[in-house]
Amino acid sequence: MTVTREFAFSQGLPPAGAIPGSPGTFDPDDPLHGELLRLNVGPQHPATHGVLRLMVTLDGETIHEMEPVVGYLHRGKEKAAESLGWRKFFAHTDRLDYVQPLLNNVGYALTLEKLAGVEVPERAQVLRVLLMELSRIMAHLIYLGTTSIDLGAISMFFFTFEERERAYNVLDAYTGHRMNHSFVRLGGVYADVDAEVEQALADFIEQFPAKIDQFESLLTGNRIWHDRNRNVGIMTGEEAKAWSLTGPNLRGSGVDCDLRKDEPYSGYEDYDFEVPVGTIGDCYDRYLVRVEEMRQATRLCSQALARLKETRGAPVLMEDRRFVLPPKQTVQTSMEELIHQFKIVTDMPLPAGEAYQGVESSKGELGFFAVSDGTSSPVRCHIRAPGLMNVQVIPLLARGRLFSDTVAIIGSLDFVMGEVDR
Amino acid sequence: MNTILVWLIKVLIIYGGLLGTAALMTLAERKVSAWIQHRKGPNRVGPCGILQPLADGVKLFFKEEVLPAGANRLLFRFAPALTALPAMMTVAVIPFGGELELFGITTKLSIADLDIGVLYILAVGGLGIYGIILGGWASNSKYSLLGGLRASAQMVSYELSMILAIVAVIAVTGSLDLREIAQAQAAFTDWNIWRQPLACGLFVVTMFAETNRHPFDFAECEPELVGGFHTEYSSMKFGLYFLGEYSAMVVMACLATTLFLGGWSVPFVPEAHWLLGLAAFMAKTACFLFLYIWVRWTLPRLRFDQLMGLGWKVMLPLALLNLFITGALLSLTGA
Repeated sequence: MTVTREFAFSQGLPPAGAIPGSPGTFDPDDPLHGELLRLNVGPQHPATHGVLRLMVTLDGETIHEMEPVVGYLHRGKEKAAESLGWRKFFAHTDRLDYVQPLLNNVGYALTLEKLAGVEVPERAQVLRVLLMELSRIMAHLIYLGTTSIDLGAISMFFFTFEERERAYNVLDAYTGHRMNHSFVRLGGVYADVDAEVEQALADFIEQFPAKIDQFESLLTGNRIWHDRNRNVGIMTGEEAKAWSLTGPNLRGSGVDCDLRKDEPYSGYEDYDFEVPVGTIGDCYDRYLVRVEEMRQATRLCSQALARLKETRGAPVLMEDRRFVLPPKQTVQTSMEELIHQFKIVTDMPLPAGEAYQGVESSKGELGFFAVSDGTSSPVRCHIRAPGLMNVQVIPLLARGRLFSDTVAIIGSLDFVMGEVDR
Repeated sequence: MNTILVWLIKVLIIYGGLLGTAALMTLAERKVSAWIQHRKGPNRVGPCGILQPLADGVKLFFKEEVLPAGANRLLFRFAPALTALPAMMTVAVIPFGGELELFGITTKLSIADLDIGVLYILAVGGLGIYGIILGGWASNSKYSLLGGLRASAQMVSYELSMILAIVAVIAVTGSLDLREIAQAQAAFTDWNIWRQPLACGLFVVTMFAETNRHPFDFAECEPELVGGFHTEYSSMKFGLYFLGEYSAMVVMACLATTLFLGGWSVPFVPEAHWLLGLAAFMAKTACFLFLYIWVRWTLPRLRFDQLMGLGWKVMLPLALLNLFITGALLSLTGA
């Protein structure tokens, strides 16, 4: 499904080479050219979405060269996995892309399940899809809010955060946390939804499409928003693939690639949803793709909610006592269950081998690659963070553009430094 | 003696009013933005937060003055005053009402009635941009410098259209005196907004650029340039920039009221009492001030080259066309 909008004022694509200030126009021998200005942007700067640092070389207001510097939020997550062991690392996956903790949880859980060779109950899969799509909505709301604030539409930030707040409240009621839920377990999810939470979820999903319409009415057809984003930061599908971009940034460039469709997991193949793709791959296309993804995520959520009704009462966690903690009540009454609990908490080995599982996160393909030597902690746990690839293309898109365009480009690429630096 | 006393009282009242309105505008900005964003806004200092501007002022006075290393000492200190001063000087020629008689003294509700009031406002008001350019340059900061440069690039692209829009009004009225321009619109149907709708639209757009307000606030542009020209400013020097910006907004709103909304004329009340006239003037000004705030919290920001494109490719031709049509109609009707 191609998302595209045409307005009376749309002027179409500029002819090749007509984009102002194309790279390489700086000639140091030209006496009229003055000198280049080296500008340090970040790591503390309003537009860098966290602690990204950009070393910019400006020719007037045109970007001559730009170099992103990452690592200011490096916490050694991958190494932490090696010392913490399989189970305890769940809490750390929350803190990777901290605007969508549940999606990270699921990605890690799927990898461990692949390694352990187990299958989670159906109801758990439905709940996971629900949580993942809700996370996607929440992450895209952050994208919309922060990008708008970068481009000057400050109130949008509050409108999106109001919606996020609603989602927070629902998740708070369900998981007991507003952020960093750590709610997904190897073998399912921690607890079933109760009737109240289910109703709250349904209410949120029901009112949300109208809110998307409101957001769009403020931005999509707005001439200023259109002009700030259209034809800015154009990236062809080939370029996007060459820079191993995934997710909305790749789809914005017109490549129909979505892990939920191409390599379904958690039962995504049974859901009815569409994958939006852009046309020319500029900031505006990436914006349209994300907005449409929010709509599709809403559709997925309501389908998942319908399935929850069908599977009511079914287990949400495996009964496999090799990997799944027994319920607390039985631990206190049964000798075997106590042993299981003790064993899982102190030493839960996964079979030797390696596994990679990617999930379609809000930023792209979030992959976990885990290598096990049959002990209770990984030999290596690599995280394929889509945000890192998104940061990589900033210079490509920004070169030759005006400095003001960087904020549009950075915003439209959408990354979270917690995930980029890990 | 009496004349001087009356004049002094007028100066005190009008300047007090200007500064008071500018201070209240900072509160209004925060309150209105809060309403737009479903928040409450400041409500702790005084009833409904009405004393918030006072608290802000006191806070600014107690903040440390920072002089960045390598800054031009003289210009760095002088620039904020250069921005605040013109905004306050221009209010002198705004006619807030007609003649009034109080305690047996007849006077007009303005500090000075200049024959060239419009010219004076444009000339003096145009100086305000120097404070921004100089402040940006004198700070010895790259962000400030870029902010200052943008301000200068911005000025050349909108001021011409603004002046041409006003020239059309002057052509209709046949006077540069703001009082005469207002008096010529005494009847509701004579308001220049009906006679010069295009000029009114152009003026309102350029008004935003003149005061460096969103969506044309490239000189500040906090997501890109941190704070733009005032990145390095702190304490009351920063406060002066603020005061200058808000005073300029108030004066521009007053000017728009005088030029297009008939000044102190009350719709459908031909011989209104001067108090009613003053209230009408303030209400019309408040509409423009609200528009300033409303736009700021609704629209995204343009890129500065897009404003230049808008200024040169759209607004200037439109202003010229408007002037041409106005001139043609005036000479045809023989007015």
